[in-house]
Amino acid sequence: MFNPDIIKPENLVYKRTSVLTDNVMHYCPGCGHGTIHRLIAEVIEEMGIQEKAICVAPVGCSVLAYNYFDVDSQGAAHGRAPAIATAIQRLYPDNHTFTYQGDGDLAAIGTAETIHACNRGENIVMIFVNNGIYGMTGGQMAPTTLIGMKTATSPYGRDVALNGHPLKITELLADLPGTYYVTRQSVQNAASVRKAKKAIRQAFENQKAKKGTSFVEVVSNCNSGWKMTPVAANKWMEENMFPFYPLGDMKVDGQKVSK
Amino acid sequence: MAKELKLMKGNEAIAEAAIRSGCDGYFGYPITPQSEVMEHLMAEKPWEKTGMVVLQAESETASINMVYGGAGAGKKVMTSSSSPGVSLMQEGMTYLAGAELPCLLVNVVRGGPGLGTIQPSQADYFQTVKGGGHGDYRLFTLAPATVQEMYDFVFLGWEMAFKYRNPVMILSDGAIGQVMEKLYVTDYTPRWTNEEIAEKCPWSTYGKPSTRKHNIITSLELEAPKQEEHNHKLQAKYAKMEEDEVRYEMVNCEDAEYVFVAYGSSARIAEKAVQLGREKGIKVGLLRPITLFPFPKKIIAELSTKVKGLLAVEMSAGQMVEDVRLAAQFRCPIEHFGRFGGVIPTPHEVLEALEEKIIKA
Ligand SMILES: Cc1ncc(C[n+]2csc(CCOP(=O)(O)OP(=O)(O)O)c2C)c(N)n1
Ligand code: SF4
Ligand SMILES: [Mg+2]
Repeated sequence: MFNPDIIKPENLVYKRTSVLTDNVMHYCPGCGHGTIHRLIAEVIEEMGIQEKAICVAPVGCSVLAYNYFDVDSQGAAHGRAPAIATAIQRLYPDNHTFTYQGDGDLAAIGTAETIHACNRGENIVMIFVNNGIYGMTGGQMAPTTLIGMKTATSPYGRDVALNGHPLKITELLADLPGTYYVTRQSVQNAASVRKAKKAIRQAFENQKAKKGTSFVEVVSNCNSGWKMTPVAANKWMEENMFPFYPLGDMKVDGQKVSK
Repeated sequence: MAKELKLMKGNEAIAEAAIRSGCDGYFGYPITPQSEVMEHLMAEKPWEKTGMVVLQAESETASINMVYGGAGAGKKVMTSSSSPGVSLMQEGMTYLAGAELPCLLVNVVRGGPGLGTIQPSQADYFQTVKGGGHGDYRLFTLAPATVQEMYDFVFLGWEMAFKYRNPVMILSDGAIGQVMEKLYVTDYTPRWTNEEIAEKCPWSTYGKPSTRKHNIITSLELEAPKQEEHNHKLQAKYAKMEEDEVRYEMVNCEDAEYVFVAYGSSARIAEKAVQLGREKGIKVGLLRPITLFPFPKKIIAELSTKVKGLLAVEMSAGQMVEDVRLAAQFRCPIEHFGRFGGVIPTPHEVLEALEEKIIKA
């Protein structure tokens, strides 16, 4: 299939990062999880911290994240990743412990662990993939599900009287003194991917400098759960998710960014 | 090893043993009657002496998951709590057992159910030895009866935890946690270096050198036959514990016609009842299980063929007695005597129960 002449060092413009394993990812085509994994892995490779990186995977679609990151990893119970990462990082203060969690994991069942890890200013990197739904269990309502959004457990659309409000946990975390860097990103096109990668790099750099908690939310699609094609899902995300979850930095160098 | 005599509460002995046994991390949440464990640690500042991490978590759910993280990374980590807090930790315990992580857990049991009382109880026996969380798993369970044993079992606990890659529970109670007794403490055992961890726990997640594949700590398996295989492996490990690690103590059993079976505080009360019984001419002895899992089944089976009756004495409505009956297979009368909800029985009550329920019956 390949012309072997092409595979020469001088022709090499892109290479899959060595921090991802060869395992075939199980994510739905078009899902953001795979892209976000790649960005984290690239940052780890570029910073040369593979030997120090420790991934704490959640329960959710990314439950098997540890099969893809070629770093030492632990699978957490649902929502408990920040507590687990707290201990690992405190016991190995020169390591790079990071959590990777969905919205159900981080902002519903694990809210207490999330808030307290951030408030203690644990020197960890937290990656938060907000797709507004419980992808793994078949598309039920998440704490971040938008008002009016239809899910398996809000079949007529999220109704505030019945279901309460969507939780902007990232805004809440930006208010805590322990967080050093809080940002909201996305990965639906090349420009946003580049920005998200920069944010993830910043988070790991902060950790290296022992600055406290760096929190990167990535608003992402769940095309299967939203019952849309990947392209339609990204369009819907831009039109509906971004207005409610505006992209950009919320806190940089420990200072809230004024808007 | 040099030994030093101290006067301490059982809870403080746990904390002191942690520091002196090379513990890397303690994670806990306050609850009576065990708060002195963390209080002692915070006062001693072991991070300045040995580098040990001590952290007050936001809940027992968080503490047990911190233990999971630390244990998964090959460190000697522990937590302690009392009944309501330990109930909250059950999720973490089944994950620890499933992922086969060595760690030390302490339950200074109080009266239940619910918020219950803050007085001593032994009503968490079922929860501890039958698996309070989901799935087929076991905690290696040690039952101290003295402050000295609170101290010693921390050391023994680490040994068992790492030998079997399994969580170890020290199942104590409010009386032993609170009572002050003299005890001998040992010299400081150094914490493992990171090189030692890599050698002793090659499976742990301390950071992947380029020379090996990445380590993964998880209890998840997608394929049922593989999960069954994992369960077989766990069961084989538990069977090995039952074969090799049973510990118990016998008092005046050589000529005994009747034997009390009791652990922890109840064993001390029963031991006094043995003395009272002997003074009255009743040939009574005591079997004190030290490991509750593995349970001393063989010796109970043996005793049941020799004696006229066994009385399980527990501060519960009758939990360990079920295991005594299973082990003894009803070869002799087996009865239970307990006070519960935080009430401690007297030796006279215990002896009276033997006379009423077994000797006269
Ligand atoms: C204690 C517990 N409760 C419920 C579940 C079932 N469960 C698995 S994943 C999940 C939701 C995951 O949603 P999210 O965190 O948003 O991740 P996503 O799949 O969307 O990436 C739930 C409820 C579980 N595994 N454990
Ligand atoms: S269900 Fe949703 S979140 Fe899960 S892999 Fe598919 S698209 Fe991604
Ligand atoms: Mg989700």
